[in-house]
Amino acid sequence: MNLLILGANSDVAWATAKLFAAKTGADLILASRNLELLEKKARDLEARYDICARAIAFDAVAYDTHKAFYASLNPRPDGVVLAFGHMGDQQQAQNTFNACRKMIDVNFTGAVSILEIVAADFEQRGAGFIAGISSVAGNRGRKSNYMYGAAKAALTAYLSGLRNRLYKSNVHVITVLPGFIQTKMTEKMELPGLLTASPEQVAADIYAAYDKSRNIIYSRWFWRWIMTVIRLIPETLFKRLSL
Amino acid sequence: MRQIKLHGWGRYPVIAAESALFETTAQAERLLDSGENWIAHGMGKSYGDSALSDRVLCTRRFNKLLAFDAAQGVVTCESGISLAELIDIFLPRGWFLKVTPGTKLISVGGAIAADVHGKNHHVAGCFSTSVLSFRLMLADGTVVSCSPTRHTDLFRATCGGMGLTGLILDATLQLLPVRGAGIRERITRCGSLAEVFDQFEAQRHIDYSVAWIDCLARGSALGRSVLMVGAHHNDEDLLPAQKRRSAIPIDCPGFLLNQYSVKLFNHLYYHAHPSTEGRIASIDAFFYPLDRIAHWNRMYGTQGFTQYQFVLPKKASYEGLQAILNRIAVSGNGSFLAVLKLFGAGNDNLLSFPMKGYTLALDFKIRPRLFPLLDELDRMVLDHGGRLYLAKDVRMHSNVLEKGYPRAGAFKSIRRQYGCTTKFNSLQSKRLRL
Repeated sequence: MNLLILGANSDVAWATAKLFAAKTGADLILASRNLELLEKKARDLEARYDICARAIAFDAVAYDTHKAFYASLNPRPDGVVLAFGHMGDQQQAQNTFNACRKMIDVNFTGAVSILEIVAADFEQRGAGFIAGISSVAGNRGRKSNYMYGAAKAALTAYLSGLRNRLYKSNVHVITVLPGFIQTKMTEKMELPGLLTASPEQVAADIYAAYDKSRNIIYSRWFWRWIMTVIRLIPETLFKRLSL
Repeated sequence: MRQIKLHGWGRYPVIAAESALFETTAQAERLLDSGENWIAHGMGKSYGDSALSDRVLCTRRFNKLLAFDAAQGVVTCESGISLAELIDIFLPRGWFLKVTPGTKLISVGGAIAADVHGKNHHVAGCFSTSVLSFRLMLADGTVVSCSPTRHTDLFRATCGGMGLTGLILDATLQLLPVRGAGIRERITRCGSLAEVFDQFEAQRHIDYSVAWIDCLARGSALGRSVLMVGAHHNDEDLLPAQKRRSAIPIDCPGFLLNQYSVKLFNHLYYHAHPSTEGRIASIDAFFYPLDRIAHWNRMYGTQGFTQYQFVLPKKASYEGLQAILNRIAVSGNGSFLAVLKLFGAGNDNLLSFPMKGYTLALDFKIRPRLFPLLDELDRMVLDHGGRLYLAKDVRMHSNVLEKGYPRAGAFKSIRRQYGCTTKFNSLQSKRLRL
């Protein structure tokens, strides 16, 4: 199997790459902006798992490069993990539209741009899988991070539609909804220890979803129930809360 | 950069520190440039204050494999990778570490910085014997390649140098070929200190040896021990045993650990280990028994603990150990984990701990009357020509270091020569005026 990982410098991507290489012996295509770090990771994976790993430059918001990027992949991937995202600061996004737009561009527009190209290829080949990492933040907008949440909500809806579209073509789409993860993206945040997953735990959940062809997974599993409760709170009450 | 609470494995002292992560050499250089008093911090397994400072460079993310030569068993990796990861990756391919300490949950950088030793020190020496070369980032950001033949001064100062000569970036290690993942083990119960000394000598041709010693036994039973020796067993199975780990979930109340409970434990442990021969133990069971219990340091309660490890030259070992064990038994400050080991010859590294003789390691819960007792033990250790292990130390005085390590002066000059004295510091280096 050839696995393409988009946003491969993220911690979850790194853990996922290691797990797929270990479990399936997949060859890996790592795509991200920081090539220095990415090259190092590719060499590590090759030494560690005796597989082929390549590092290729990819920028989620350089939309007009996406077609050429995908066309350059030889061989074509059999699976794609979309792991890029941008958290950003909510307050800053409220103050400056550019900060807000960056969140939407990276988390949503960039994802749609590249996944449409992947989807067209997979659809034509009648095989493949796509795992998109969204977020539980998209399940309900809250004042503390609704910009990020809105972009992720759009991504979740997009992945749902894509799954529906590609079902007939034997292409499986997985929506991954993580809660808190201890990563460099959340390094400066105070995270609730018991609710916080490690990148390795999230990777294990992604691999299990791939292995068992699950559609929508929460990582860790309990977020499904937490988000169910949060969604059940009536809006008249919810708007008064500070969650 | 992030403000965090930080402590060593002994959970004493607990300090506030700025912690910074890095993934590339360029990031490390920028961080170093941004301030002073840095010390590298790997997996936090040094017991005391060796890896504590105002600013710590966390190597946790700087943990990539850079190259592996499968024919020679030579691996190059970044300093933040753990020994556990190396074993997981290479044991199934028939390679093990030439030297491993009693925990695999330490980083390669830490293993070099403490020049760690293992149960095979009497035949294989320290971790540095497996280090073919490493790259070191100096105080001004320049990177030098050090080996036993290149920049020898820095190599000798950095192996065992507690991170005080610069930031170890990556290292090239020679691995040990093995044909199986089992250790053929022999257990010998020894009723006295004289007996365990005799057994260490009699079995010194065997690769691995270590003894658990009952430090509360007195009179004729003083020094009664259980000696465990082993050698690689060449069976077909190369996969490490995957045992489930248990954990100590909370801090145990400090009073659980007193001279009566320790006495009881020691009595049971001694009698549960009759002399046996030929059992095959897994790598994990033989080398890393405590790694199976996550957070075992919580056993000592919130006030923390320290491990006191010293070595005495061989000629003075018997007399010295007798005197020190007697003093400890009288004090009633017992330890579950008292470990005795015969070292081989020391090496040329300036601050490397081992020397030809016997080493004893004891855990003590931190309590008010402990440090005066340890000061007293320091004097006994020095009187017998011994010294203390820096990776365990949290409280010794600088004169104890100077007397025990005759090359400490040379180490300080190298620190000055390479401009390390303001850039790289730990609480330990300041306390010891290194």
